[in-house]
Amino acid sequence: MASKKFNSVYILDAVSIAGPVEKRGSIRDYDFTMDDYYFNMKTFEQAEVKMQRVVMDHILQKHHLLHSDIDILVSGDLSNQISVSSYAASCYNIPFVGVYSACASFIESLIVASLMIEYKKKANALCVTSSHNLSAEKQFRFPIEYGAPKPNTTTFTATGSVSVLLTKEPTRFKLESYTIGTVVDMGCTDASHMGAVMAPAAARVIVSHLSELNRTIDYYDLVLTGDLGCIGAKILQEYLRRNHGIKMKNHIDSGCELYLKSQEETYSGASGPVALPLYLFNKVLKQKKAKRILLVGTGSLHNPFFVNQKLTIPAISHAVSLEVNP
Amino acid sequence: MNKDEYQKLVEEFTPKEKKFKNAVLAFLVGGAIGIFGQVVVSIFVESFGMEMKEACVWLCILMIFIASLFTALGFFDNWVSKCKAGLFLPTTGFAHSITSSALDYRRDGFITGLGANFFKLAGSVILYGMVSAFFLSILGVIIYG
Repeated sequence: MASKKFNSVYILDAVSIAGPVEKRGSIRDYDFTMDDYYFNMKTFEQAEVKMQRVVMDHILQKHHLLHSDIDILVSGDLSNQISVSSYAASCYNIPFVGVYSACASFIESLIVASLMIEYKKKANALCVTSSHNLSAEKQFRFPIEYGAPKPNTTTFTATGSVSVLLTKEPTRFKLESYTIGTVVDMGCTDASHMGAVMAPAAARVIVSHLSELNRTIDYYDLVLTGDLGCIGAKILQEYLRRNHGIKMKNHIDSGCELYLKSQEETYSGASGPVALPLYLFNKVLKQKKAKRILLVGTGSLHNPFFVNQKLTIPAISHAVSLEVNP
Repeated sequence: MNKDEYQKLVEEFTPKEKKFKNAVLAFLVGGAIGIFGQVVVSIFVESFGMEMKEACVWLCILMIFIASLFTALGFFDNWVSKCKAGLFLPTTGFAHSITSSALDYRRDGFITGLGANFFKLAGSVILYGMVSAFFLSILGVIIYG
């Protein structure tokens, strides 16, 4: 069984940094924002490393913690060989685990860190994720300044980084259970339509989470998916309705909501592992409406080589349930 | 739901691209570039006393310069993505693809980065341009002797 409950894993705090397009989006009060994509560094890749360091430094300072006070660091990003996370981790004397599930990396890092706290008796853990629009464009798509015409289904990689401090001491935010997803391939080949690639993976993890824990979808006040985008979110809802008879009444997709509709350059919405935590910590948890939230990270596991070889694209999705106490 | 059924579901929710609008836009923009080129060539011939052949070469150089400069200044990619084939098919698109690749890899080393990726997108234009020129010349020789 891929689902299990946690007894004592809590979120203590989170710190976010958002990029130049994100700060003009639907959320205006991020902890830090960037004026440009370089962030006073020479390259975009180095800027992304600096973004991770800023959110890690800040969360440590805020809680007066030394490197030695953190038991484990789990981070992931979209760069080749997750080198952004590794380079950032090289600045900290903290045992490090790097994870990759594309845009589901954040949820994967939460699960790995929570398991360490639950079963390995660690006192705390730091989870970090980041994505950078231009370093991702350079790696997965065309050169940055190349104006390739894009279809409406394209998603726009969000720029930002989020660090989350997990602890075994009770706080308001309890990580209640998790479900590790399976890799799903429904025959999509279009890398500019990632919502369609990932929707079946999200559906499968939601269905197995609900059945394995004997719950219905109404148990949750909110199902927050990662980066399906506005088109992908509709596909997921329809897919669940047709195949499993599940009506997603309280579903929000972070990618679809992160930007304003007037930001046309973002097409179908945000993508990237950072989309979900940016929206969760800066909007959902600040609104204090939802008590039980199912977080569903969605990742398209493609790589430009396989896409060029015309192979279909597999996707993964992991889920974590979050309980907010008053 | 099997893969085929799922692809049908995806199609239902995928917005259609406005092909007709794009084609008209590309026609107008491409045509405008053509008119601009003709005007420039006429100016070269009339005012600078150039031969027609020479004027066309200078026009080509001018187009490449403008496209590369605008790419480096950072706004040409927005024009290309809006005007679509109207801007990326002519010489302007070729210059744009080279300049944008060069900008991307300028910090990754002159050989391993800039040199290796300079023709990342334009390479296929050069290769298949040469291949088709080769076969067309053979055809030309066969037909016209």
